[in-house]
Amino acid sequence: MIDADLSRMLVIRAFERTLLDLYGRGLVNGTTHTCLGQEYVPVAMEGLLDPADHVFSNHRGHGHYLARFDDPEGLLAEIMGREGAVCAGVGGSQHIRRDRYLSTGVQGESLPVAAGVALHLKRAEPGRLACAYIGDGTFGEGAVYEALNLAALWALPLLVVVENNGIAQSTPTDKHLAGTIAGRAAAFGLPHELVEGADVDDIRARLAPLVSGVRAGRPAVVEFVTHRLGPHSKGDDTRPAHAVGVDWRDKYASPRLDRLEAAAVSRIEAVAADVIARPLSRWEAR
Amino acid sequence: MRVAENLNAALHELMAAERNLYLLGEDVADPYGGAFKITRGLSTRFPGRVMSTPISESAITGVAAGLALSGDAAIVEIMFGDFATLAFDQLLNFAAKSVSMYGSRVPMRMVVRCPVGGGRGYGPTHSQSLQKHFVGIPGLALYEMSPFHDNLAVLTEMLAREEPCVLFEDKVLYTRPMHAVPEPFSLAVENGVARAFLDERPDCVVVAPGGSAPMVLAAMRSLLLEEEIVCTLVVPSRLYPFDVELPDARRVFVVEESTAGGTWGAEVAHQIHQRHWGRLAGPVTLVHSADSVIPTAAHLEESVLVSERTVHRVIMETLRG
Repeated sequence: MIDADLSRMLVIRAFERTLLDLYGRGLVNGTTHTCLGQEYVPVAMEGLLDPADHVFSNHRGHGHYLARFDDPEGLLAEIMGREGAVCAGVGGSQHIRRDRYLSTGVQGESLPVAAGVALHLKRAEPGRLACAYIGDGTFGEGAVYEALNLAALWALPLLVVVENNGIAQSTPTDKHLAGTIAGRAAAFGLPHELVEGADVDDIRARLAPLVSGVRAGRPAVVEFVTHRLGPHSKGDDTRPAHAVGVDWRDKYASPRLDRLEAAAVSRIEAVAADVIARPLSRWEAR
Repeated sequence: MRVAENLNAALHELMAAERNLYLLGEDVADPYGGAFKITRGLSTRFPGRVMSTPISESAITGVAAGLALSGDAAIVEIMFGDFATLAFDQLLNFAAKSVSMYGSRVPMRMVVRCPVGGGRGYGPTHSQSLQKHFVGIPGLALYEMSPFHDNLAVLTEMLAREEPCVLFEDKVLYTRPMHAVPEPFSLAVENGVARAFLDERPDCVVVAPGGSAPMVLAAMRSLLLEEEIVCTLVVPSRLYPFDVELPDARRVFVVEESTAGGTWGAEVAHQIHQRHWGRLAGPVTLVHSADSVIPTAAHLEESVLVSERTVHRVIMETLRG
């Protein structure tokens, strides 16, 4: 794994940890969902995407944003309602739009929209795709099935990335999902790829042909078996410590990682100090 | 020309004029041409942009929002407006919100067409007028088809708003002629508001959406001939946001087919009270269907839906005391 990728994963982790700390100190309003443990997923995916591809994110989207844009300042300002916020502080943690990146806060809602964008791309910009991140819990929503059906029928360049972290808020996957995600993809005749490791180079090499297929109009589902190390939101984790899952960081523990992590932590600390000191955001265009 | 033909022609013209406009809906493609035949000929003429979809109101509306986000425009046909409930999340939480929730204004050019209304014996889930459930959503404008508003102009205005719009189409209008008002009333249309009137000062003003207009006009005619009561009918094309300058009259009625409770008329009445309280002889009178599901059997449906007879009676009783 090259430094740039590992470093980006560590920046995401530092960002999420800092955010939970700021919440703990009462410095952030509202709520948030962190992606601790899942940082490698969007970092691996961004290596396969073009800036002209569309990315649809969800409630747990900080990693998706930071993997695409090296902009922790803008994201933290958005979450804290400070000057320089990506969306003037209106959207907050889970409603962000920048260029071809967009997140929404309702489960499953983004998939039909991503299908619509893919329909546009198919006609206007062949070769581009729409990539939508969803979770295992999202499969409870009917909109997912409607969108998968349409994508398959219309051969839309839609890539669905499932972050299966084994838990939907507090409900384990075996209590909310009958059958499998692979079975669901198969039902629509869509290719499905299961990714179990966290090595971004391996992941990219493995997914590259699938992503090329999506660009050619063969929609696909990629399922990452991953682990949410932190709470669903903040301080709401009811799992015993041993049930949380493995941390990719342990596998890559090394002096190099320590060095990159120290740099990431100090960068995010500086970002937080800067953003906290900024004036409040202003919402001008309603 | 009948209203359905006017609407079909408008869709043809819009699709021809804009190469980035799509039309999606269940069974809209030829040779079927939609459950009410409104999209006839479109898929033949514009293949790839007019598409029959699976029975997936949520996905169709989401796809339209995705096209709009990409700079295209889309018209969605919901086969029966009752099914728009299945698209409510996409409309309320995504399409309408996207206009403003990302901090800067995002143009969203999309129209959701909803055939509504009863009187045809389709029963409780295929006869409703659900306009009231869409009132008051930031970034969502509501329109209603009428025999007095050219559909090309209305649809063009909706797309130009750059925010999601719903067009409610009362099914009973499809076979009615455009621009027809009974003798001796005259018709004028200004700034999207149609007015059916006599030259003398009216005893009352009746506000009604397009679908209820023919019924109100029939009641106005019998009120004139039998009771010498003079009414002016006001039919806005845009129901919400409601912004209509009312003719001066001391009595105002709002007539709509919605069942009772939380109605569009209540919203209109509130605005009229705020603007014109001083000149009114009493509060605005709401006339609508009963607080009931809409039954299938003709005699039962008739007992629930607002009718010409009800409108005649309520206006007469209110004016005569």
